[in-house]
Formats: sequence, C-alpha cells, structure tokens
Amino acid sequence: MNVNLPPHLLRAGETSRVDLLLIAEMVKPGARVLDIGCGDGTLLRLLAEKRDVEGRGIELSQAGVNSCVAQGLSVIQGDADTDLVHYPDLAFDYAILSQTIQATYSPRHVLEQLLRIGKRAIVSFPNFGHWRVRAGLMFGGKMPKTDNLPERWYDTPNIHLCTIKDFLGLCEDIGAKVERAVALNASGSKLGLSMPLFAQNLFGEQAVFLLSR
Amino acid sequence: MSETPTAQAFTDHSLRLAQIANPQSEIVHFPAHEPLKLDCGAELAPFSIAYQTYGVLNAAKSNVVLVCHALTGDQHVANIHPVTGKPGWWDTMVGPGKPIDTNRYFVLCSNVIGGCMGSTGPSSINPATGRAYGLDFPVITVRDMVRAQARLLDHLGIADVLSVLGGSMGGMQVLEWAATYKDRVFSAVPIACAARHSSQNIAFHEVGRQAVMADPEWCQGRYLDEGRSPRKGLAVARMAAHITYMSDDALHTKFGRNLQDREKVTFGFDADFQVESYLRHQGLSFVDRFDANSYLYITRAMDYFDLAADHGGVLAHAFAGTKTRFCLVSFTSDWLFPTDESREIVHALNAVAADVSFVELKTESGHDSFLLHEPELFDTIRGFLSAAALKRGVAGPEGWLP
Repeated sequence: MNVNLPPHLLRAGETSRVDLLLIAEMVKPGARVLDIGCGDGTLLRLLAEKRDVEGRGIELSQAGVNSCVAQGLSVIQGDADTDLVHYPDLAFDYAILSQTIQATYSPRHVLEQLLRIGKRAIVSFPNFGHWRVRAGLMFGGKMPKTDNLPERWYDTPNIHLCTIKDFLGLCEDIGAKVERAVALNASGSKLGLSMPLFAQNLFGEQAVFLLSR
Repeated sequence: MSETPTAQAFTDHSLRLAQIANPQSEIVHFPAHEPLKLDCGAELAPFSIAYQTYGVLNAAKSNVVLVCHALTGDQHVANIHPVTGKPGWWDTMVGPGKPIDTNRYFVLCSNVIGGCMGSTGPSSINPATGRAYGLDFPVITVRDMVRAQARLLDHLGIADVLSVLGGSMGGMQVLEWAATYKDRVFSAVPIACAARHSSQNIAFHEVGRQAVMADPEWCQGRYLDEGRSPRKGLAVARMAAHITYMSDDALHTKFGRNLQDREKVTFGFDADFQVESYLRHQGLSFVDRFDANSYLYITRAMDYFDLAADHGGVLAHAFAGTKTRFCLVSFTSDWLFPTDESREIVHALNAVAADVSFVELKTESGHDSFLLHEPELFDTIRGFLSAAALKRGVAGPEGWLP
C-alpha cells in the first residue's frame, strides 16, 4: 500500500527503519508471514535475512509488486480492504500491517481479518497523538505535517489516522489481546516501559503492536 | 472479402503440409500399444509428439523449463520457424541471457496434440483408414494436451520441471499442469489466461469455426483428401480472432482511420483503410502456416476448459495441497482474458494458502502483450524463475542468482 514514508526510510535494502527492525524482533524464526502493504519488499527481505521466514506479501501499487516479484519475493497485487477475506483461517503465524492501517478504508475490518488469518498480528502506525501533531493543529491551525506524515490533507493516502489510545480502544472493541506494545520516539528509540500511557501517546511518534486473539 | 487469397499466398503450402508428418523438430512416436487416454473416452493410438529444446539438461535433470504454446503457436519458441522463416514466437523471452535463460535452463516446448506441426492432430493419417483423420479425430481437451506432454516427459526421463510457463491457452495448460501433476511442477507461470473460457470467448471461437465450416473448400472437414483448402474461411476466422488479441487503443495508435495507399475512400469494398489491409494480411499469412481442422479442435479444447468444474465446482479444490510456487501475470489492456480472471485464480490459490505472486502489468497491446517486448514482463519472469531456481538449489554461473 502506498504509504509515503520519507524517502530515506524507503531505500531498498535499507534496514535502518527502526519499526521494521522491531517487527523483525517480534517474529519467531522460520515463521509463515504475510506482509500486507509490503511496498518494495524491504520488510520481507529483512525477515528472510534475519528470521528465515516463509514470506508472502500484498501490495497495492503496481510498481511495488513488480519490484518485489522481480526480486523473487512472493507478492500479489491486492488491497488490504478487499483481498484478505480470500485467505483461510490461521494461514500464517504472523499477519503484518506495517504503516498501512491508517490508509485502509475499514481499519476495524482489516484488523479483524489480520487476527483471523494470522495466529498473531503485528501492526505499526504513525501516532497522531504525538505532541508535534497536536501542536501543529493547536498553534498552526492547520492539518499537521511531520516527517512521518509529510503530505497535505488533500493528497495524503492516510485517511484513518489514530492515536495510540485510539488503537488500544479498537483492540478492546474487537477483543484483540495486546501481547506487546512499543512506542518509538522521533529518533527511533523505544520509550521506557515504565512511561505512563498518556506520555507514550504524547512522545511516541510511531507505535508497534503485537496482537493475538 | 473482396480481395481473395492469391496464388502468391500459396507458396508455403507444401512446406506446411510437410511439417505434419515430417516436422523439422525432435519427435517421439508412441506405438499403438501405448495409447493416450482422452477426456472424451476415446484413445489416441498411435500418437506422436513433436518438440523443440533449447539449452542443456543438467545431470540432476532439475533445470527443465516447460513452455506451453497458445492456440496458434507451436513448438518453435526460439528458432527460425521452418514454414514462415521468421523468429520463434517467444524469441524475445527465451534464449542465452534472456529472461528464460538457456544458459541456465533446459527449455522444452512440444506441439499440442491436435496441432499441425508434427504432433498428432486432425491432419495426421488415421491408421484405421489410411487417410487424414479430419473430423474423425477425437475432440481433445486442454487436459489431454497436458497428459500428452507428461507422456513426453516420462519418455525423456524427466520426473518434474523447475517451471512451466505459458500465455493464453498456454496459461490454461500451466494451470492444468499445476492441478493434475502437483508433484511434477516446482513453479508455474500462467500468463494472460483464465481458469475457464468465458462465454464471450466461446462466442468469438464459434464465429471462427463457423467461418471455416462455411467455406465450401472445407468439404465437411475432408479437404486434404480432396486436395482443397478452406483458406478463405480460416483467414476470416483469424481476422476476427486477431481483433480480440489487440486493444482498441493499439489499433487506433497503429492505424487510426488512415487510408491504405490512397488519397480518399473509393466508395467500394476494397481495403480502403489500413486496418482492413492489415487484417487481410494477418488472415492470409495465417493460412500459410496453420491447418483449418486443427483450428476447430484447438478452439474447442479452449472452450471446454473449466478447471473449477473439473474439481467439484470449486476452483480452490483444483489446487488443494499444492506446493507449487505460482506467478500469475495479467495485462491492463487485455480484454480477452481480463485481470479479474487472473485475480480469481489468485483468490483460489490464496484459499489454499499457496505460494503465489501476481502482477498486473500496464500495457497498451492487449492480449498479445505476452508475446511482445514488455520489459516489466521480462523482469518479472527473470526474477521469479531465478528465485525458483535458487529455492530448488539449481546451480548456475556465479552471479546470476538474485
């Protein structure tokens, strides 16, 4: 899915994206993994290298799919909103949605599908509760633009932005169990576990959740 | 048509007829006691399979790439065609250093059963009568074609293939291979195809067949005995079919409303427009290399193709338990086998959690895109095949694996 991250974070073979390293850390070696919105395959390659996974991908953009398949990755052109229903229950050990949920039409439906087809789901997203976002709206009076969310309101693919608290609410609504939740600050460091939720929601620029049913 | 086939167009006729019994290809003759059992219940015996190979079979016989040809294709994938004198139909794809790299893979393509380039078909001699089969040839299916190919591989001592690829009817054969011989197919690349022939496509085929059969030279299918040839009928069939292989845009770009060698329309039925002239040429050049009855039989085989129906009405059942790695390709401008048909196959493969890749490539050229110079198609095939070879441990020259 065409989530526009800053170009320096998307370079092929680049493993400096901390959220991706964090996701890789959460995946058990040799697992079956579906990466939904796999882009140019950066995470799938990382998982193959570091975790020896059996990886599959779904990607909306044709350029992304072509690049993945030409690299020998198993990726189909498809849409998180419509194509997950075709997979059988528990087909994967992990269903991963990296920086994509905010660009889906129906995040709730997509998250439910993730937890149906994967034994576990891993979801990362930009935190709209981050203080810069709040300050942008508060003091600028305009829809905020940040490094993580660089587009203007009318050309962003991100139509369902949420905060860490919002996401926890959705997890509760659909009965998803949060096995692990990590907030990352602007420099990509994990925020301290002891930090209260309101502070994580304020200082976390992005979040990574490991969920199960 | 007001312009009829001319004598000049007959020059290659004998060349073509020679290919039926003595093809310029490798050929395997299966004797009468080794019949090919067909879906229609009949047995074909004896039968022959003509085939071409490119590259070298490795010691482990693990580098076999089987190419399946389309309706009017043949086994001459990447060599000069013995009848037309032109390069093979997938010369851009298959060869040294090309996406299907013959420095690495042993590429094999056989003429389908029912064809007219050396494999047994309606123009072959029926041993029961000593004359060409004509309409006594049994109706064959895509699965029969694949069974015949499997017999050829058995004969060559090839247990399984690294990959089976094909476009259009070739793609149907690829799907049939994956469904019928799951253990023999490591990877499969069905291009621009469908799991069943659509009503619209059956309709187009029927137009073609009726054109052939309406030609008095067809002689109820006995034209070879009579020394005649339904050239006009087959040419019209080809003209109609050719339109379906191209896109509206491609025709418009290529010809627009341009006139053929004239300043203005002639108020007659000559080929005023370039597109008419082009189609007539396509029709005429086709009859020089193809047999009319083969056209009837092979279009019928495509019409009968319905992989889901063969597996209890559920397409996913056709692929249950598959270990094959799939890569499906469709083209945006292909209205004969539109992307939705490929997507249906992808969904069926997802339902059995198969290893599947799927790309829809943006092209202008319609269904024929798979035969043309499409760099993204080349990248896809090269990358997918290399990954399959790597996974299977097929060694190659240093540096070629991804």
